[in-house]
Amino acid sequence: MITVQELTKRYARATAVDHISFSVEKGQIVGFLGPNGAGKTTTMRMLTCFFPPTAGKATVAGYDVLEQPMEVKKRIGYLPETPPLYLEMEALEYLRFVGRLKGLSGAELEKRVAFVMERCSVGDVQKKLMGKLSKGYRQRVGLAQAIIHNPDVLILDEPTAGLDPRQINETRDLIKSLAGDHTIILSTHILPEVEQTCEQVIIINKGKLVTTDSVHNLQARARGAETVLIDIGARSGSLSAPSVVEQLSRVAGVSRVTCRAESGDGGVFEIESDRGRLLRGDVARAIVAAGWDLNELRPAAMSLEEVFLQLTGAESAPEPSDPADSGEMAAPEAHA
Amino acid sequence: MRNAWIICRRELGSYFSSPIAWLLLLMYSLIFGWFFWNYVSHFLVFESEIQMMGSSMHINIDQQIVRPLLANTAFLELFFIPLISMRLFAEEKRNGTIELLATSPVRDIEMILGKWLAATLLYCWMLFFTGLNFVFLFSYGNPDWKMLAVGYLGIVLQGAALLAIGTFLSTLTRNQIVAAASTFGACLLLWVFSWVSSYNSATWAHVLSYISVVPHAESFSRGVIESKDVIYYLSAIFLGLFFTNRSMESIRWRS
Repeated sequence: MITVQELTKRYARATAVDHISFSVEKGQIVGFLGPNGAGKTTTMRMLTCFFPPTAGKATVAGYDVLEQPMEVKKRIGYLPETPPLYLEMEALEYLRFVGRLKGLSGAELEKRVAFVMERCSVGDVQKKLMGKLSKGYRQRVGLAQAIIHNPDVLILDEPTAGLDPRQINETRDLIKSLAGDHTIILSTHILPEVEQTCEQVIIINKGKLVTTDSVHNLQARARGAETVLIDIGARSGSLSAPSVVEQLSRVAGVSRVTCRAESGDGGVFEIESDRGRLLRGDVARAIVAAGWDLNELRPAAMSLEEVFLQLTGAESAPEPSDPADSGEMAAPEAHA
Repeated sequence: MRNAWIICRRELGSYFSSPIAWLLLLMYSLIFGWFFWNYVSHFLVFESEIQMMGSSMHINIDQQIVRPLLANTAFLELFFIPLISMRLFAEEKRNGTIELLATSPVRDIEMILGKWLAATLLYCWMLFFTGLNFVFLFSYGNPDWKMLAVGYLGIVLQGAALLAIGTFLSTLTRNQIVAAASTFGACLLLWVFSWVSSYNSATWAHVLSYISVVPHAESFSRGVIESKDVIYYLSAIFLGLFFTNRSMESIRWRS
């Protein structure tokens, strides 16, 4: 549905997008992931024919963005970062205007307006001036505007930015429900959003393509080898770290044991498994059999966030951390 | 051109759903009404003085009221044109709605024509209210309606030309104040360029005075349609819109 080859956008002093290539299949939801300033918006603006690329080629639904922009524009719905609303208009009036602009008229226009208002649940504010709408409603009117002409491709630039958690969930559900009829590219810098909504991820950083893969594969890449953190203590007497490492290494399926923190009578150890093996039970058994106390055992799989940070080369977290608090990059605390 | 009309209608709707159109109509009508009342009063005093002196001199309602009023209307334009045109593109750029227009299947020229047409229609609507004053003249006197009509045609053309320039200047900024100020400056310059011709006969002075709007407005207010003046206004409209189009293109290349 969308193919991008060596797409480049250069400004006077900077290169915003640098030879990016990817393609998107029909009906997919693709997450366009990157830190702020990575070139997400620039790429989207080239795909929507807002401005032309400096070099490279992009086609949407088989039409080239440079050569047949009108055909491309007919087939895309675009929600920019700030919804493009005329604040002095009523929502209904606005949706009619956009519909006409996209080539609808007469009964078909009314039908589509009614449909998108129902779909994005903005019917109850249709007679309100949009300047008086809350951020969440504005976003939904923005989405309604983007799908009014039933486009093949939907391009959404940070559709959940600035919404409260409930609105974020509603918007995500709405986007997911749109997936069947449309091919969707949505940009974000929020990882859980990609994990929850998208099937495919395109990661870019500083204008360059970092990777493109399915969410499933990326997660597998992150969790390919299970890593657990254990905190053990000696029942009586002292405990030497090297002997613990040695004993635990003998457990079947363990590929590596490292000591992360050590005190006279215990310590925190990180245990990595061989690919595709679950070893929590075996490790627990081995520890108890050795006569130590198992104070804590938790999985420390890499979150998508860490994969992302590693791939984009930001200050990557060297230690795997608990996926539960994936928002934070802090290394796990040592329990002494 | 269907798209131009769609955009024009939305634009007019926006003018009237914000206070701006109503405020402009009110102020323009008030000020013009004041002008009208003054000229009519002056005319009446002048007329009675002449009668008291027993002179048989004929005073002409067209010369005494209609012509100076039309000249003043053209002058009033200077202040109102920037207020009409300032928001056309500057507001779209600030609100980000330009992204909607630029990614819809609408050609730039349709967008530009629609916006300019909306501004011109609002301007004509303002002129319509000034025209109501003249109805009184027709009920009490016998002014030359053809001259009045030609005078109005001149004012409409002049306004349309200045609005085209204002449309262009509005694409250069996202700040409406900047758009208004630069349009006001441009209008004022086009107004005073003609001064130079009164004492200088060099070629550049001729050129400047030809560029100025004033000499071209004169023939219309005399009730004469001169092709060179019509061509002047039409080419000013064309140039203004042409530059707007170029500017839109450059926004795409630069932004």
